[in-house]
Amino acid sequence: MNRRRTAALPTPVALLFLLPAAALFAVFVLYPMATALTYSLFSWRGTAQDAFVGPANFVALFTTEPYATQLPRAFGHNALLFAGAMVVQNSVGLLLAYALHHRGRLRRLFQVLYTMPYLVSPLVVGYLWSLLLSPLFGPVNAALRAVGLDAVARPWLGDPDTALWVVVLVTAWQWVGFPLLVYGAALGALDPAIEEAAMLDGASSRQRFWHVTLPLLMPVIGTVSVLTFIFSMEAFPIPYALGGSSGSPAGATDVMSLLFYRTAFHSGASNAIGISSAVAIVLFVVIVGISVLFTQWFRRVERRLT
Amino acid sequence: MRRAAVSTLLWAYAAVALLPLLIMVWNSFRTDQELVVEPLGLPHSPSLDAYREAWVEASFSTYFLNSVLVTTLSVLLSTAVSLLAAYALARSRSRLMAVIEQVFVSGLMMPVFLMIVPIFYLLDTIGLASTRTGLILVYSAVSIPFSVFVLATFLRQLPVDLEDAARIDGAGPLRTFWSVLLPLVRPAVATVVVFRFVPIWNDFFYPLILVRDRARYTLPVGLTTFFGEYQTSWSTLFAGLVIATLPLVVLFLVATRQIVAGLTAGMGR
Repeated sequence: MNRRRTAALPTPVALLFLLPAAALFAVFVLYPMATALTYSLFSWRGTAQDAFVGPANFVALFTTEPYATQLPRAFGHNALLFAGAMVVQNSVGLLLAYALHHRGRLRRLFQVLYTMPYLVSPLVVGYLWSLLLSPLFGPVNAALRAVGLDAVARPWLGDPDTALWVVVLVTAWQWVGFPLLVYGAALGALDPAIEEAAMLDGASSRQRFWHVTLPLLMPVIGTVSVLTFIFSMEAFPIPYALGGSSGSPAGATDVMSLLFYRTAFHSGASNAIGISSAVAIVLFVVIVGISVLFTQWFRRVERRLT
Repeated sequence: MRRAAVSTLLWAYAAVALLPLLIMVWNSFRTDQELVVEPLGLPHSPSLDAYREAWVEASFSTYFLNSVLVTTLSVLLSTAVSLLAAYALARSRSRLMAVIEQVFVSGLMMPVFLMIVPIFYLLDTIGLASTRTGLILVYSAVSIPFSVFVLATFLRQLPVDLEDAARIDGAGPLRTFWSVLLPLVRPAVATVVVFRFVPIWNDFFYPLILVRDRARYTLPVGLTTFFGEYQTSWSTLFAGLVIATLPLVVLFLVATRQIVAGLTAGMGR
């Protein structure tokens, strides 16, 4: 059969087909992106662009208050969101995906149940947990009291010591459905003959998991980890729902996106646009930089394993 | 592995994943009084009062309609333009097209925080500040990278023989696209529609910043004002959360297979 691309479109016709998407993309994505890059290099007086200041906005971001305190603190909280999600998805998530894989019956049902929280709006998830953890009528405290753990019950979101952990756990609770599903698909794509061969060689189920299945899953774990990182760095609706735009109590749940949002739209500072653009660029550079470094590092580890 | 232990584990986590969502649903059928007296109780005499209050008094009817309008039109517009573009990209051999495709796909890593301020001023300049039209155009534009990527990948896997036949029979490019390709790409279109519908329906960031007029709020922004104003009317708050989630549940029931397949596509390496 002739597989040559005989149906090729003449370029003028192709450009015509391309036009609507290209126009929309140029106006509402490319143009804002290009201008945004310059915003951080100017000082601003409200909405009016003032003078070219070079890196001054970045210097101000790292050396003047409140940014010098809030930026590292918010970044640390994002890192904790990432760590929490990684721990949960690579322990509970991986274990559940593995258990589900060795189980034909009801697999689809469990997959759907586990993915539910991931598919619900993160803002709804955040508000839902703020209600569940309410000190007035919250079912969580009520359940703790019902089993005699009165001492554990507390205003979870009002206490700076627990509020951040609530954000971390709620975020992980919602996110884990995604890694679970992906790990499940990756396990399904593995050749069953490999595991059978290990079984015939007398490997125990634990040995088979650690020495056969896990190394084969590594590429997928790496890919998912990068996505988890990007997601954790951009986390916005859950922290917003649980701690408001100021990251209450006392900034305990502040994250980068909230810092950006406050600086750009609620700070009232005349140079709000200059500083907030610097925040956005720092965030973007961190996301892209670490994602690339992580991917390269992971490829090297992977090569050593196989 | 020991079957009983595995079963226990699987059901236990199913409870962890689902119980909070179930509590959300059944608490929305209870009264505030019941919630305080018996925080762990089930609805004894289910009441729809909370829904009536959320829908009518807390303007959820407005938010809901805005969300339906904005999400549906954004998905339609972005899918339509992306399909045309994907056809052009998949069936052209020009070097220029390859470059354009790279530009589209690079948008997959879009820095939303970086773009939001310029978009805000852009909409202001062209007279679309705080409008649903502005929101629809922005959502359609940011959907293009994903939609073009999925659709172009799919189109490349289709054999070109049918198109050749249509061309030999004298059909022009538009005719070929409409009557030959469109029926064939339906599965990929379903994936794109589902996977853009969910994030746009759930999106909170764009309308929070771009829409200042309450009558134009979508559900997520509506929820934030609602949680400020109805702080102590808990069952109404639960009802609001259920209303914001319901259309997605319907979508999952209709498209479970697309969702599971789409989320895991390309991950099996």
